Amino acid sequence: MGLLTPNPGLLFWMVICFGTVFYVLARFAFPAIIGAVDKRKKYIDSSLEAARQANERLQQVKSEAEALMAQARQQQTAMLKEAAATRDRIIADARGRAREEAQKALDETRHQIAAEKESAISDIRRQVAVLSVDVAEKILRKELSKDQEQLDFVNRMIAEVESNNKIE
Amino acid sequence: MKTIRHLLVACFCLLLAPQPARAAEGGIDVAEIVFGHIEDAYEWHITDIGKTSVSIPLPVIVKSSTGWHVFSSKRLSEGAEYEGLYIAREGDHAKQIVERNAAGEEVRPLDISITKNVLALFINSAILVAIMLGCARWYKRHEVSEGAPKGGVGMIEATVLYIHDDVIKACVGPQYRRYAPYLLTAFFFILVNNLMGLVPFFPGGANVTGNIAITIVLALFTFVLTNVSGSKEYWKDIFWPDVPTWLKVPVPLMPLIEFIGVFTKPFTLAMRLFANLMAGHAGILSIVCVIFITAQLGAGICASMSLIAVIFGIFLNALEVLVAFIQAYVFTLLSAIFIGMAHPETDLKKN
Repeated sequence: MGLLTPNPGLLFWMVICFGTVFYVLARFAFPAIIGAVDKRKKYIDSSLEAARQANERLQQVKSEAEALMAQARQQQTAMLKEAAATRDRIIADARGRAREEAQKALDETRHQIAAEKESAISDIRRQVAVLSVDVAEKILRKELSKDQEQLDFVNRMIAEVESNNKIE
Repeated sequence: MKTIRHLLVACFCLLLAPQPARAAEGGIDVAEIVFGHIEDAYEWHITDIGKTSVSIPLPVIVKSSTGWHVFSSKRLSEGAEYEGLYIAREGDHAKQIVERNAAGEEVRPLDISITKNVLALFINSAILVAIMLGCARWYKRHEVSEGAPKGGVGMIEATVLYIHDDVIKACVGPQYRRYAPYLLTAFFFILVNNLMGLVPFFPGGANVTGNIAITIVLALFTFVLTNVSGSKEYWKDIFWPDVPTWLKVPVPLMPLIEFIGVFTKPFTLAMRLFANLMAGHAGILSIVCVIFITAQLGAGICASMSLIAVIFGIFLNALEVLVAFIQAYVFTLLSAIFIGMAHPETDLKKN
């Protein structure tokens, strides 16, 4: 067999063999492999897309949560501030009222004290008057036990009255 | 180094010798060994044990002047004649089954015997189909979400994708999907046959892709596909190319060149593959033969030459693995380019 002359029998079998292999592979093998790889490519792409979307959504949720947190914090601060204000107001109110009450009580006490003092003074005054009248009676009684002395006293009294009138 | 060169030169001289030349001293017939391997045969010779040769007889299927004959090639061994058929020893049909016509001349009957190359073709095709269908089955059994295959299937997938994306898609152009199955089949068919040819024992070792008949059929497939699918613009480029008019009229110089090119393209495809693989087989065998040639020259020379031959043989084998891939790749690449050239209008659109 010359190296460069193709053998017809081999040509025949080669056509059959290659044709069969071509048919089988082109029908069952390569489309399956290429198709599977394409499908995987699409799957990977869609997975990446899904991951991206999930990431985006996560980011969104995170920012939402942050916003919520910030809002809550703000509300908390506001509430605290309000509570503090209320507390201060209540305390101030209470203090004011207490002061008022105290003032009132003080005033009342002061009035009472004044009244008491007044009554005590008048009492004392009365008693002093009574006492002085008594003392004067006793003194007069002792002084006027003698007639002379009675006369002297009358004269002095008249004189006193006269001098009082002169002055007037 | 000089001796090696001399021996190599001697080896290749023996290879190139038109008549089988016997090595004078030892009786090692390198040409016989090398050509016996490179050429097709009616039996699959495996080895020789002592004087008896161990070989697998293959079926002979012949339609001669007396009708169809189907029998084992064992009946034709040692030059025996069976049913008027025998293997010619010399002449135009040396080593082929012939019969004698009425004039007493040796003529070839219609011979579609299962020869060594045909059987190797069957085995390699079966291996290729098994590998590819096994691969395809993996995808049926696994969901897309399970990810990419590993191991052997992954390797096949990577190779398929490499050829599909980097060669076919890149060279054929937008309509690559139509031609991808053929080009992929051609690539893997050549690759498997090339690699199986490098396995030194049965069922490998047959010089399938180093046979001109095989490469011619492959090239014809590309030729038919290219020209049948060729667009109007492709044919216009051949018969009325964009060159100065005096190159076309009155002497159709360029159209003639272009037209010849239609046939030389597949011809180079066939010759390149054939020559590369044939030369690879011949080279490796010649190097191995050095061991047996030097056996007669004394123990010292034989030992040192054997060492060199083994090292060189390993190198050549590794090189041939590379060549096996490269030639399959080149065939596919050029086929893809030729098919792409048959659709020039898509390129114009792109530009």
